[in-house]
Amino acid sequence: MAVDKSQVDYVAKLARLEFSEEEKEKFVGDFNKILQFVEKLNEIDTENVEISISSYPMFNALREDEVKPSLSLDEVLLNAPDKENGYFRVPKVVD
Amino acid sequence: MHYLSAHEIRDLIRKKEVTAEEVTIKTLERIKEVDDKVNAYLEVFEDAVDSAKEIDKKIAQGEDIKDLAGIPMAIKDNICMKGRKTTCASKILENFVSPYDATVVERLKENGAVIVGRLNMDEFAMGSSTENSAFKKTKNPYDLERVPGGSSGGSAAAVAAGEAYYTLGSDTGGSIRQPASLCGVVGFKPTYGRVSRYGLVAFASSLDQIGPFTRDVEDAALVLNAICGKDSKDSTSADVNVEDFTTYLNKSLKGVKVGLPKEYFGEGIDDGVKKELEKAIALLKDLGVEIKEISLPMSQYALAVYYILSSSEASSNLARFDGIRYGVRAKDFEDVVDLYVKSRSQGFGNEVKRRIMLGTYALSSGYYDAYYKKALKVKTLIINEFKKAFEDVNLIISPTSPSVAFKFGEKADDPLKMYLSDICTVPVNIAGLPAVSIPAGLSDNLPVGLQIIGNYFKEGEIISLAHGIEKALSLNLRPNL
Amino acid sequence: MDFEAVIGLEIHAELSTKSKIFCSCTTEFGKDANTHCCPVCLGLPGALPVLNKSVVDYAIKAGLALNCSINKETYMARKNYFYPDAPKNYQITQHETPLCSEGYIEIETEEGVKRIGIQRIHIEEDAGKALHEGESSLIDFNRSGVPLIEIVTKPDMRSPKEARMFFEKLRSILLYTEVSDCKMQEGSLRCDANVSVRPKGSTEFGVKTEIKNMNSFKALEKALEYEIERQINAIKNGERIVQETRRWDEAKGQTIVMRSKEEAHDYRYFPEPDMVYLKLNDEWIEGIRKTMPELPDEKKKRYIEEFGLPEYDANIITTSKELAAFFEEAVNIGGNPKTISNWIMGEVLRILNDREMEIKDVKFTSKDLVKLISLVEKGTISNTIAKKVFVEMFETGKDPEKIVEEKGLVQITDEGAIRDIVNKVLDENPQSVADFKNGKTKAVGFIVGQVMKASKGKANPQMVNKLVEEELLKR
Repeated sequence: MAVDKSQVDYVAKLARLEFSEEEKEKFVGDFNKILQFVEKLNEIDTENVEISISSYPMFNALREDEVKPSLSLDEVLLNAPDKENGYFRVPKVVD
Repeated sequence: MHYLSAHEIRDLIRKKEVTAEEVTIKTLERIKEVDDKVNAYLEVFEDAVDSAKEIDKKIAQGEDIKDLAGIPMAIKDNICMKGRKTTCASKILENFVSPYDATVVERLKENGAVIVGRLNMDEFAMGSSTENSAFKKTKNPYDLERVPGGSSGGSAAAVAAGEAYYTLGSDTGGSIRQPASLCGVVGFKPTYGRVSRYGLVAFASSLDQIGPFTRDVEDAALVLNAICGKDSKDSTSADVNVEDFTTYLNKSLKGVKVGLPKEYFGEGIDDGVKKELEKAIALLKDLGVEIKEISLPMSQYALAVYYILSSSEASSNLARFDGIRYGVRAKDFEDVVDLYVKSRSQGFGNEVKRRIMLGTYALSSGYYDAYYKKALKVKTLIINEFKKAFEDVNLIISPTSPSVAFKFGEKADDPLKMYLSDICTVPVNIAGLPAVSIPAGLSDNLPVGLQIIGNYFKEGEIISLAHGIEKALSLNLRPNL
Repeated sequence: MDFEAVIGLEIHAELSTKSKIFCSCTTEFGKDANTHCCPVCLGLPGALPVLNKSVVDYAIKAGLALNCSINKETYMARKNYFYPDAPKNYQITQHETPLCSEGYIEIETEEGVKRIGIQRIHIEEDAGKALHEGESSLIDFNRSGVPLIEIVTKPDMRSPKEARMFFEKLRSILLYTEVSDCKMQEGSLRCDANVSVRPKGSTEFGVKTEIKNMNSFKALEKALEYEIERQINAIKNGERIVQETRRWDEAKGQTIVMRSKEEAHDYRYFPEPDMVYLKLNDEWIEGIRKTMPELPDEKKKRYIEEFGLPEYDANIITTSKELAAFFEEAVNIGGNPKTISNWIMGEVLRILNDREMEIKDVKFTSKDLVKLISLVEKGTISNTIAKKVFVEMFETGKDPEKIVEEKGLVQITDEGAIRDIVNKVLDENPQSVADFKNGKTKAVGFIVGQVMKASKGKANPQMVNKLVEEELLKR
């Protein structure tokens, strides 16, 4: 699989990133190199192989339904770049 | 005193030959003295002396203190500490102050550790040279023209330069072991799940693991004793009994079976590195260790699996850095989408963007099966191969890094070349196994690291072998600063 | 050409847990903005999710109540999208492995019982809330991380009415099982619909649209009616239906395009690496099955068989868990089930509908209703008086016996006393007496009415009838 600039544009949009034309050109090159390297995996037949999400079996990490104290409002908003009346403020969101 | 080990400092404090305050002041002085050259620290906590005084007070009152009490240490800047900045060496988190403690920080505090600062790293732990830090270039204490390795370059350099008695780093594909190797210190990556990741800013959740950098193996055992164990705040932390790892020191190595995977000693490994390892392995035979050649052919695919899994997870893990709730928000933007795009494009460095892009692509519609799912299947094969190997041997030895420390800029332009630095360490993360890098000698006056890989939760066995090698070699490496 | 609609629903229900799905913050509704937040539900760097066991329990319960199979090995997934109310810019949900799948609900249509398939139920986290104010949006993360189940139906509904019946039945089941409080006005029960139309008899699906923002049963029905008509008209005019998301605008009575597919969604699902497999065993599932209450369908069947209620009445009473409980309490106290049911179907529901109230809000108890009925049965008061007493009982919550006593409403059954009133009325109405004698039997009714009025309704009606006739004949 090879990547072209339109795919770089599409992926950048999904990732909420922007690049100069020059950077995009470089990406196409870098991407294709890395993808070519990754394509090594196609040498292996994985037809009947299960996926491993974790390295060894891990299951049922659960907590009891108990309420514990939340952060204070000051702590919640400690790092807010923009806030108003206890809310985080952003430019108007349209659906 | 800067080059004493943590356990030696512990003994001095217990014998009241020195106070925690004195040790801390000395450490802060040492940082002032050498960090202009080494650049390991992003921030030094001058008020660390206060917590040292607390420990002295407890000692004066005759209270029992823990092993690490009063000993100055520092943490990689991707581990959250309440009321302190956590930047991940990224512009986007330049001003982020954590309102909570990571579980490891809680445990260090419970153990009386004196945390003296935040350490430099590759931005969001992505890199093998610490050149990707947005703030400074950390130098290798053995040669200031060379990189300390990465991504935990600051953590390794600080221990090597005597700027802390031990440090914490994180290891996703070798980020503890490779810089430990390049800086001539001990770097331990525990089994995935041994140490809570709660409060570690995630790069790749399924691979990340916190671990210590220390001067010697005994110190590694002490730090592991303090930080390992089940945490109810981390679903992936393992509910496995934590033994006292110091009981694994000074053990006989007679009959221990060690495998040498031929794929890890082949092409791409520098001769100087191989030579130092061979010397160490020869000594092991004298100690009664059974050495056996093994084969791990699937390991050659680990790097490809790693780049798919780690980049994909990173693309999602780093989505939260958007300038809405925290972090740096771009100054000019048209609307909320533009706010995201500008804040992220200005806030992230090139390598981070490259990996986000790669991961986003690998997960995007139509490619998931070909990349991510495929990688999860090959992961199964890599795991199975290690499992099978551990039916025949107790431990596996390999080089940590294919080469000694390289020069700044040497690999910075070619991502693939840089990625190959992790070729010996990455399979271990894919399989979730524990491994350590210990100094094996010098090649061209630069440290060479030896990696010992153990089976799941067999950190103790690793410590036994590492301690045996350390004693046999008795290198006592020190940089000329 | 005749068209038919194809409707599928996606329903989100907030679960009744005390704490959030992945952290210990409270799920309480309506507190000051951003006061129920912690590193986990704010998506702070380094924070990690840990699954609330009760979320799994409730979801299993919902699955069992909706006749689903429970999947014993599942894992969570990330759904990636950027939105300011999503603190991590991904939602933790389930994708390839929902907790429950392949269930159904039966609804009663005019053509008989119809089974609506349920494709899946999965657990996931809710997002925060954005308030729009001028040029800004203000974000509150209190709701972020509140546990949800998403219930996805098969495209089995063919009319807005069926969709509404399904949704009502589903709500009733969720309330019975206490899986959710289902408060639609607080957003704890939300419904989106996928709608398409096709020529009747066709087996292929048309292009569907997704309708959001339907905040009541009525809105669901109206929005679907509008959308189906819109699609049919479009097709008749030779237009193409576009796959899009539309919002129901209650005030305008229209569905309006929300977002076009220009920006295609590419959610990049993958297994959540911060979490581990969820493994269930039979013991766990059976343990939950044991806590399952009698569900509306079972209850209805029992009411018909055991109490002889008409199907219609049984259906209405069992739709509300509280109403059914009220009914059963009354029966247990010793009332006649049919009489109680008649009262509930009549006076009780009438007044509740009038006042827009629910049974749990009333001041009187089931015991009061039984007392009232027995007052009628014993002949202490007439049915007419009983209805008045009921209104009083509803308003004040007073004991009906006390109301009857205080207001002197005891029925007059003394023949002499009634005869006196009858004669007084006859004396006052000579014209009616004359009419009767001229064969106009209607006059009887008028006189009876006057007697009842004169007795303030307290005279025993049967006796009044008898005595009026007797006295008229005497004249």
